[in-house]
Amino acid sequence: MRATVATLLRKELTLEWRTRESVPAMVLFSVATYVVFHFGLDRDRVAGDLASGVLVVTLLFSAILGVNRLFVAEHEQGGFDGFLLAPVDRTAMLVAKAVALFCFLCIVEAFALPAFALLLLGPPLTQALGPLVLVLLLANAGIAIIGTLVAGLAIQTRARDLIVPLLALPLLVPVVLAAARSATPLLQDGGAGALPGNWMAILAIYDLLFALIAYAVFDFLLED
Amino acid sequence: MLVLTGAFAMVFFYAPLDADQGFVQKIFYVHVPMAIVALIGFVGGGICAVMYLRTRETKWDMRSYVSIHLSVVLAVGVLITGSIWARASWGQWWVWDEPMLVSFLIVFLLYATYWPLRFSLEDREKQARYASVFAIVAGAFVPLNFAAVRMAEAYIHPATGATVAGGLPPKMGLTFAVAMLGMGLLFLTLVKYEMASKHATFRLRALRRKLAGDDDDLMLTGRSAAPQL
Repeated sequence: MRATVATLLRKELTLEWRTRESVPAMVLFSVATYVVFHFGLDRDRVAGDLASGVLVVTLLFSAILGVNRLFVAEHEQGGFDGFLLAPVDRTAMLVAKAVALFCFLCIVEAFALPAFALLLLGPPLTQALGPLVLVLLLANAGIAIIGTLVAGLAIQTRARDLIVPLLALPLLVPVVLAAARSATPLLQDGGAGALPGNWMAILAIYDLLFALIAYAVFDFLLED
Repeated sequence: MLVLTGAFAMVFFYAPLDADQGFVQKIFYVHVPMAIVALIGFVGGGICAVMYLRTRETKWDMRSYVSIHLSVVLAVGVLITGSIWARASWGQWWVWDEPMLVSFLIVFLLYATYWPLRFSLEDREKQARYASVFAIVAGAFVPLNFAAVRMAEAYIHPATGATVAGGLPPKMGLTFAVAMLGMGLLFLTLVKYEMASKHATFRLRALRRKLAGDDDDLMLTGRSAAPQL
């Protein structure tokens, strides 16, 4: 199982490294969205709850781009058949895809967060970088799990690009809510507040529960 | 069953005493049972979907479909009656810092994708399978979402569980129980009717096809994402 996941993950990352299909688009999209927010909100700097909202929602939308592309290569080039013919556990696909998406999101944030600090954020990013990274990691885990599940659900449909956001956005509302609330005191003016523990707990529990649900149902998505 | 639904309507006009909110408060007997039944229907649809994935019998997919279908219809009713109630008692059509409203809206939006999902899958077996997976995920999401959003904010929404246990005077409690029962039975009756109508349609279609002697069932099926038997 672990070897399979490692192989699949290596394949995912190699593929992304060679084609550079998702991650650059996601990074560009987030930076462009910050610029759009600047004009849309008509503000030079944001802080507190507005800042955390802008940050999390932008990351969510750029994640949707990645989710849309997640299974496309398998679908178009018959990777599913190859995978199903191989004598390996199907859950490996779920784990590998989710970890790959998690890595993509982390890479995107490595670029998007400095861009956000440069373009929009009022208080210095460094005032609470550690806790903020922790919040984003938990949010990434949630987005990666739900995103993989939704991508698997939508890949066979005709209106894939339409179904993915329609399904993912309601399912991700608790993640967005918890992540935005957790990040709010970290981004406020006049020094960072304490990290709200209950929100972090909700985020972690939600991630965990959806990981279990995804683990339970994912096999049925790969049956042909 | 319809008689009991009628009884529910009668009780609704006849029995309850007006509370401090006056007549408007009576919408409570429609709104709350409707919401509870819709949520149970969603979860029930998820359970039927589990059964489908286990047994692979179309009837379970059918049950899941019908249950979700009617729950979405009820959910529209819940959102409308809730809005009216909110307008009357809080003075606004929609209140954002209200976990019940928000989580119900999210659940409704999620279930509204059930039909686009079904429609965009051609193959019947695949359609049933994917719809079942969706129903399970969404069915599990319903309580999770409520828990998460609920933990989120201070609530001014009358929590029905607590109210029924402690806050309601006995007469209103009784009316509420009857309303709840009536709504549940209404739901079951509607489920039965829709199942019967679907069965009849399929029988008719099969017979017609036999008469016509050809198998251009795409012509006859039309655009429907409902499960086929």
